[in-house]
Amino acid sequence: MTSLPASTAVKLGLVIDLDTCVGCHACVISCKEWNTGGYGSALADADAYGDAPLGAFLNRVHTFEVKPEEGPATVVHFPKSCLHCDDAPCVTVCPTGASYKRAEDGIVLVNEDACIGCGLCAWACPYGAREMDPVEKVMKKCTLCVDRIYNENIVEEDRIPSCVRTCPAGARHFGDLNDPASAVSELVAARGGFDLMPEQGTGPVNKYLPPRPRTPEPVPDLPDLADLAADARETRAEGFFGWLDRALERL
Amino acid sequence: MHPAYSIIFFTVSSGAGFGVLAALGLAAFLGLTPQGGLYWAGFVIGFGLSMAGLVSSTFHLGHPERAWRALSQWRSSWLSREGVLAIVALALAGAFALSLLMGGQGRLLGLLTAAFSLITVYSTSMIYAQLKTVQRWCQPLTPVVFLCFSLAGGALIYAFLAQVFAGGAGVLPTVAALLVFLAWGAKLGWWRRGDTAPVLSTPESATGLGAMGKVRMLEAPHTGGNYLLKEMGYKIGRKHQARLRQIALMLGGIVPVFATLFASWGLWPGLFLLMAVLAFLGGLLAERWLFFAEAEHSVMTYYTRT
Ligand code: SF4
Ligand code: SF4
Repeated sequence: MTSLPASTAVKLGLVIDLDTCVGCHACVISCKEWNTGGYGSALADADAYGDAPLGAFLNRVHTFEVKPEEGPATVVHFPKSCLHCDDAPCVTVCPTGASYKRAEDGIVLVNEDACIGCGLCAWACPYGAREMDPVEKVMKKCTLCVDRIYNENIVEEDRIPSCVRTCPAGARHFGDLNDPASAVSELVAARGGFDLMPEQGTGPVNKYLPPRPRTPEPVPDLPDLADLAADARETRAEGFFGWLDRALERL
Repeated sequence: MHPAYSIIFFTVSSGAGFGVLAALGLAAFLGLTPQGGLYWAGFVIGFGLSMAGLVSSTFHLGHPERAWRALSQWRSSWLSREGVLAIVALALAGAFALSLLMGGQGRLLGLLTAAFSLITVYSTSMIYAQLKTVQRWCQPLTPVVFLCFSLAGGALIYAFLAQVFAGGAGVLPTVAALLVFLAWGAKLGWWRRGDTAPVLSTPESATGLGAMGKVRMLEAPHTGGNYLLKEMGYKIGRKHQARLRQIALMLGGIVPVFATLFASWGLWPGLFLLMAVLAFLGGLLAERWLFFAEAEHSVMTYYTRT
């Protein structure tokens, strides 16, 4: 049924720290790698070595410029994947029941065998978190690595989403956002985590942490570089060459 | 949004087809039982257009062989409801056609056929009108526009058939002209709202970084294209848009209204009604192409460079 569960006791999701993300795209690659061999059909590319390659990705890193009224702009790297929304519009529009939200942990998934590839769910998602597989013609989306997090065949520290495990900057966190005592919930509370596009009414579970404010001191006025160079020349001349230099100048 | 031909054809053709079935049903309900050539041509065109549209809609599916699964989620999904209602409407229309063939009046079945045909068109429109992500579609006038165009198309075609097969269309051309007029009134209001409504989602709300300043894309996530840009990144040029709106209004509105009026004054009524029908359908194809091409999706806020 593509009706949404009334509520889910556990809300698994990600917390993404926009202050720490360095925009290296490691999470993009690890996601692609894991999902090419894991859950469902391979996450395909079309024309991978041709002129116009086009691939399906479940996680993409955008880079934005944020320009205040005054002062220099900030560059923010911005990873984006499915936010496993509480009121997921992608689920309710699905005509086949292929899209569903799990009552036990809130993960939004696609049953690929039932998907007719109509693409309506991708239209309904405001964030662009769903992409049609160019080869299998079924809808793909972030599974929150449902095939890792409960997988007892892999070592315990690997039982988190691949992107979280991979991030070299520690910018991605995974946990139960319904539990106020969880590490992720505390992080959200401490850092003022926020929702993307709250006006769309999707109730996203994933949260984003804002970049920390810049260091308050203003950049000190730099002395004129030409003066600096001139000063350096004067003080550099010491010893015999210094004497020679001064002697020659006096001539 | 990307204007896919299969969907444009689907909405225009099935809208007109269900409009014709509704016209046949209403005629019977009012005691003007369609007979002879009018009966046969009416049902052939009504069934033909609506079924051609439905078949065309499966062409854009990744897995058309699983299309039957789309009938299962009518409790939550408008797309699913649309499929189920279309089948119910066609089945009722079949029963209605049969009852007329057997000499019945088909009053009740006619009324049911008309009602379910229009509910089907309504549910088609709700597939688009429910999407908060596409602001231009998500307005109460969207179903009004779809329903009015469907009724106007049905009335025009029915008037033409009545002229040809029943030797005169009576007040039908006037009714059709009124409906065309109404439909375009709704459409102009729809355009106005879509052009002037303040945008719901911005790069600032999409990233949550608005408090820090103005947000714009510095680097796209990939140098190549992607599904999102292909499907939702379609952008129509301003000049093109204005020109196409004029063409749609001229062909789909002004020509049919004048042609039906000439017909109602007894001036080559058959010819003018045929002209009205063809111009109307042509104008509607342009209108439906624009319906997709003009619509902007919230995901594009993540790809805004300005
Ligand atoms: S982010 Fe998009 S795909 Fe994911 S649950 Fe929300 S609406 Fe659905
Ligand atoms: S593309 Fe698949 S999952 Fe998405 S709405 Fe259509 S059938 Fe459902």
